[in-house]
Amino acid sequence: MAITTEPRELTPELVRRSLQGRRLSWVDVLIQILLLVALVSSLLILAVLLIDVIRTAWPVFAARGLSFITTPLSPDPTQSGILQGIMGSLALTGIVIVVAFPLGVGAAIYLEEYAKDSVLSRLLVANIRNLAGVPSIVYGLLGLAVFVQAMAGVTNGRTVIAGGLTLAVLVIPIMIITTQEALRAVPQALREASFGVGATKWETIRHHVLPVAMPAVLTGSVLTIARAFGEAAPLLLAGALVTNFFQVSAGASFVDLITVEPYTALPVVIFNWSRQPQPDFQALTAAGILVLLVLLLIINAVAIILRDRYARRS
Amino acid sequence: MTTHQPAQIEEVLDHSATAPHAAAPEVHRSADDGQDRPVVLDVRNLHVYYGDFLAVKEVDLPIRRNEITALIGPSGCGKSTMLRCFNRMNDLIDNARVEGEILYHGVNLYGDGVDAVQVRRHVGMVFQKPNPFPKTIYENVMFGPKIAGFKGDADSLIEESLTRAALWDEVKDKLQESALALSGGQQQRLCIARAIATNPDVVLMDEPCSSLDPIATLRIEELMLELKKDYTIIIVTHNMQQAARVSDRTAFFNVDVGAQGDRTGRLVEFDHTDQLFTSPSKTETEDYITGRFG
Repeated sequence: MAITTEPRELTPELVRRSLQGRRLSWVDVLIQILLLVALVSSLLILAVLLIDVIRTAWPVFAARGLSFITTPLSPDPTQSGILQGIMGSLALTGIVIVVAFPLGVGAAIYLEEYAKDSVLSRLLVANIRNLAGVPSIVYGLLGLAVFVQAMAGVTNGRTVIAGGLTLAVLVIPIMIITTQEALRAVPQALREASFGVGATKWETIRHHVLPVAMPAVLTGSVLTIARAFGEAAPLLLAGALVTNFFQVSAGASFVDLITVEPYTALPVVIFNWSRQPQPDFQALTAAGILVLLVLLLIINAVAIILRDRYARRS
Repeated sequence: MTTHQPAQIEEVLDHSATAPHAAAPEVHRSADDGQDRPVVLDVRNLHVYYGDFLAVKEVDLPIRRNEITALIGPSGCGKSTMLRCFNRMNDLIDNARVEGEILYHGVNLYGDGVDAVQVRRHVGMVFQKPNPFPKTIYENVMFGPKIAGFKGDADSLIEESLTRAALWDEVKDKLQESALALSGGQQQRLCIARAIATNPDVVLMDEPCSSLDPIATLRIEELMLELKKDYTIIIVTHNMQQAARVSDRTAFFNVDVGAQGDRTGRLVEFDHTDQLFTSPSKTETEDYITGRFG
């Protein structure tokens, strides 16, 4: 098509017509509908699941109310609560936080801020990314071999410590990656500003890089911890009691609970109940799932609150 | 102001008076001119490498006290790289390497035992885009002095720094507000206040007005002329009019493109600014300042 150079006669009518939009584009409309269907169907699946769980769990809460949460486990489905499951999961999460947060964040700071860009450091980062994708059951095997057996002298075998360390190892790679990404999002100009007035590397990291990265680090960490909270597979191998839950003491002291007592966890209890033939256990399973979901919601809410608080401060 | 050993300064003077320089770049050391101020930073046969790649070669450049020295040249000519050698900012780049010397009052900044962190307390820097810390105005100014162990009266230091940066009147009532709420020009003046709060000897400015509007630019330029009474200023600029307006001396850098597309910057000519802009001694310089390339 040749570009005309002749002067054009532009009447308002011609201009109006040339500015008018095209007719309705069917492709656009179709794409929009397809995208909406994708959104609605994924939400619908979740909604159906949730409604089904709530409906199935209803008899348990109707009969016992919130005492379901505070009652110990029992082989009798009409009597059983879920206390040790919650206690176990909280204790495990505590160990994950104490172990994985400092190690993961520390490793990420080293990799992003200190390590020189070398073949070795790139190899390391690639491997960490791979580790983050390893199925959790593999970490369960590692936990069994290392924390339950090889390190039995430290962990006392099948205890919360062994399970917590297993989960910590599972989430450390994810923790490193999310923290690395948070650090990478901090503008280089900020670091230069700090170095420019004579700050050392650590002063720069402590006063400028970490405060800016913190909301993202915290959000990422809490979501990572939430993942550990919901894991059953590694714990099945790493020493959580899968049957005969009544061995798990409901009245043990906090220290004993962590260091010597046999333990179990919410997802493991749910897993066990779901395999029981008696119909009463179905309601119990759903009730357990509901408790797990509510706790996860609380954890996620904490993530949001932490992020907002930090975001407002800076 | 930082105090310097007279003996060291004499040594520097001595050097500049007696050492004749290789003919290649047209560097006027002007020992003839009795008016010349002492040399604060003396670049001698400097080469900068990024890995195996030579970014800047063979720079000899004396920077004089209480003057504004402008580094100009086309993109990729190494003028920013050169600037970042003066406060060892290039140390932050993993594979950057410097050969040659930069004598600061006679002491080689790249010599043994010289700590880059300490260098930056003597040689402050203002960056291309205003980069205040996402904190209060107060914290922005006080961060440098605080980490340097400042024990004096913070309020008067802040007032003085901001006054010198021509920002005090605009921000004196909102020192506890976020620096990010300031306009671009105000942010850049805050960055200048932050740089001078640590009481440096030299202030480096890397295209400090490139993201500012003409009025804010003018204010920064006026400020620079004010600041040179107390500091030695080195400025990188793309804007030749700016170099002509504010600087006492100008160094023109150009870039050689090698066979593999590798670009190496070199100093072409260094002279009094009016001299360089009115009668440059190299045709390369003339071509550039008359707008024939670059």
